[in-house]
Amino acid sequence: MLRNDKAGFGWVTIILHWTIAAIILALLALGFIMRRVPIDPVLQFSLYQWHKSLGFTALGLAVVRALWHVVELHPKPPEGLSPLEQSAGSVTHIVLMGLALAVPLAGWAVASTSTLNIPSFYFNWVVIPHLPMAKSAPAENLWTLVHMTLAYLLLAFVTLHVLAALYHHFARRDDVLVRMLPTGSRRHKRSQTAGANPVIAGRKKP
Amino acid sequence: MTLRLQPSPRAVALALLAAMSVSPSLAVGAAPNLADAAGNYGITSASRIHFTVAQAGGGGIAGDFGKFSGSFRIDRNDVDHSTVEFTLYPESVKTGGKRTEDFLKSSAVFDTANYSTVTFRSTNVKQTGPATAAVEGTLTARGTSRKERFSVTLLDWNRGSIAFNIRGNIHRSPYGMDVGTPIYSNVVEFDMNIKGQRR
Ligand code: HEM
Ligand code: HEM
Repeated sequence: MLRNDKAGFGWVTIILHWTIAAIILALLALGFIMRRVPIDPVLQFSLYQWHKSLGFTALGLAVVRALWHVVELHPKPPEGLSPLEQSAGSVTHIVLMGLALAVPLAGWAVASTSTLNIPSFYFNWVVIPHLPMAKSAPAENLWTLVHMTLAYLLLAFVTLHVLAALYHHFARRDDVLVRMLPTGSRRHKRSQTAGANPVIAGRKKP
Repeated sequence: MTLRLQPSPRAVALALLAAMSVSPSLAVGAAPNLADAAGNYGITSASRIHFTVAQAGGGGIAGDFGKFSGSFRIDRNDVDHSTVEFTLYPESVKTGGKRTEDFLKSSAVFDTANYSTVTFRSTNVKQTGPATAAVEGTLTARGTSRKERFSVTLLDWNRGSIAFNIRGNIHRSPYGMDVGTPIYSNVVEFDMNIKGQRR
């Protein structure tokens, strides 16, 4: 099923989540490599351009996800979580969603204020205009700092988020990770008809 | 973007070279004729070697090369036998931005550490009008030599000096300078004002 329901995530949420996750991890690696690793300048130039194109893709998907999050129903928190754990989870998710918007916007500001004035030629297909911001070295430096800081903050939250997911799956052996997996979506559908969740049912409680 | 080469600078671009050409041709009628301009000339530093590279969405990179040298000879009997040779030092490229200039000098574009000059040597000159000519020659940049063509317009001359406008569009990719395409055009447009001093 496409939509979420009280019992779990639908395909739209799941596909958005994993597509955005993959793109963001790629962008973090790409950003680090292009800026911090000594590489050939020709390669460096094209990595910057790929970074911008992929970054705009991440921004577009993050906007869709944020809207989807607002209009879509939220599944019940997995069973067995304390209220503190539940709110830690939702706060982390809100922060992740916010940073997934803020980081690429700040990147766009870097490209827009840069005195190099390099066009953002989205996958060599259409030019995405610069934001209406004045170009100057101080503005570019500031936005570079903002973009970098937010990007590594995002990395920190993603790390926390992934560790939490792995902890739930392997230590707590609950449903938190599984229900975000494509298999989780299928299972939750079946489990609704069956009236029980086989994923959980089959597991030993800790 | 603050580090290193930056991304690239826009740089990308490129440039290539310049070339020159010259030719004499001259004006007709009441104007002085070819014989008046015939002779040997050295290219003076008052010349301007200007180039632009268009970019996607409009605008582009524009710059000048500050250091160059060259000479030309306008043949007294037959303009078509005139010759020119020109050398450009790409480390003198100026675009108004250090990051862009550094990128142009880097291994991404001119690779000035390994190739300190760009040269042009004419192989064929053809007068195309009273004051115009087409100059064909061998352009060598980054170790690659290719035939290129420039069009020359005689602007002015007197007993001691001569001035031409020279234009040519050079594709940079054959010279291994295609970095930044297609954001930055593959074509470098040269618009040069060459001043010669009679020797
Ligand atoms: C790559 C490793 C990642 C793993 C293993 C992972 C795992 C998970 C899991 C298991 C959930 C479901 C939590 C629940 O059951 O309530 C989830 C939700 C979420 N994740 Fe991730 N995630 C990853 C990367 C990311 C990244 C890079 C981002 C964003 C920038 C992100 C943003 C979110 C958000 C916003 C939610 C909440 C979804 C909603 O409630 O609609 N995740 N993630
Ligand atoms: C979620 C999306 C994005 C992530 C995770 C991301 C991540 C990063 C990272 C980790 C760096 C390297 C920071 C450093 O080590 O200094 C970086 C640099 C950069 N990013 Fe992004 N980025 C994203 C989107 C964008 C977008 C949309 C643009 C532009 C349209 C952009 C433009 C840049 C630029 C120009 C730099 C280099 C700054 C400099 O060298 O001065 N980024 N990014």
